[in-house]
Amino acid sequence: MKRMTRDEVAARVARDIPEGAYVNLGIGAPTKVANYLPADREIFLHSENGLLGMGPAPAPGKEDPELINAGKEPVTLLEGGAYFHHGDSFAMMRGGHLDICVLGAFQVSAHGDLANWHTGAPEAIPAVGGAMDLAIGAKQVFVMMDLLTKGGESKLVAECTYPLTGIACVDRIYTDLAVIDVTDAGLRVIEMVDGLTLERLGELTGVPLALAEQPA
Amino acid sequence: MIDKTMASPAAAVADIFDGATVMIGGFGTAGMPAELIDALIAQGARELTIINNNAGNGDSGLAALLAARRVRKIVCSFPRQSDSQVFDGLFRAGEIELELVPQGNLACRIEAAGAGLGAIFTPTGYGTTLAAGKEARRIDGRDYVLEYPIGADFALIKAQRADRWGNLVYRKTARNFGPIMARAARCTIAQVSATVELGELDPEVIVTPGIFVQRVVSIEEA
Repeated sequence: MKRMTRDEVAARVARDIPEGAYVNLGIGAPTKVANYLPADREIFLHSENGLLGMGPAPAPGKEDPELINAGKEPVTLLEGGAYFHHGDSFAMMRGGHLDICVLGAFQVSAHGDLANWHTGAPEAIPAVGGAMDLAIGAKQVFVMMDLLTKGGESKLVAECTYPLTGIACVDRIYTDLAVIDVTDAGLRVIEMVDGLTLERLGELTGVPLALAEQPA
Repeated sequence: MIDKTMASPAAAVADIFDGATVMIGGFGTAGMPAELIDALIAQGARELTIINNNAGNGDSGLAALLAARRVRKIVCSFPRQSDSQVFDGLFRAGEIELELVPQGNLACRIEAAGAGLGAIFTPTGYGTTLAAGKEARRIDGRDYVLEYPIGADFALIKAQRADRWGNLVYRKTARNFGPIMARAARCTIAQVSATVELGELDPEVIVTPGIFVQRVVSIEEA
């Protein structure tokens, strides 16, 4: 059984993003998805600090401190891109105008609850940013995460033990071992890495799983 | 003749009083009105409540205002960053109050204040600890949280250009909270890179009409 690398998972997510989609890629690993969007598809990347049509990082020396992404890294604007204020930006998110957001996660529950903003540790300083707006706002919420923690605990759980970001908001989970849909009927496994069985995946996660009827 | 331009940042912030609620524009340092903040530090007002997306970066700007112990409470969405050491230290020592607000709720609560609304129902945060104890309501099958407007005595924002009537245009992602904060404060002070003659700003592209801006300070680009 060979785990997918972070880049392979990012490339797998990119395959599911269609031409014309308005997409927000969360801070961290999800930003890698941008590297795998096919050049022949026009896809609009949104950054919640106020731009649509976000392009790649600028060449060295071309950085502009007033042209940054939500992770406060320098970016570029594609031709046709636009700037707007925070009211408009979060209307795009909360108002259901974004087609897809891709978020990292600490935990996802079997019914699609998401925990990705706070460990709840008493000494941790909480910071939430736009995570809760993305979780409840985008038409489809994709999560990209390792299936297991470094300690081997499943991040796919019956109920989240970390503080929630949103309730029943996750649609699809892309992990290094499997791609899983959250449906009204329960979790449906779309793909697994070679050598992994549904039975073994069930043992690793401890949550009820079934194979999807029609693999995507 | 109406002329909202002020001679200096110091003159623009002179009447900010102890205990005032002050919005400060910017997302990180993009759009942060650094010279107005420096003037506020020099002016000396204390016990401030600050509204900003973050809680200061590095040692300058908002971080310097915090380090000078002028801030009693901060309302923000994302205080913890790799370079938020000033805030982190004050928070762990119990020397600053934090109201953590999801970023979109921060934006729409500011918008509500500027638009004269009494409250809003927002879906963001429903069922989370950040909505604990708040009134919730199901509307058309969806759950919402009641949130109240966030207004301010003053807003300090950064724009690119202004005219003497206070019309503003912004630059790139430095726009962020500027336009909505300008509407939500009783006195909005904009620092700009240039002040231009009336009529030079295309009325089709003015982002913040001057009715929302009380004072303008031009800061020479370094």
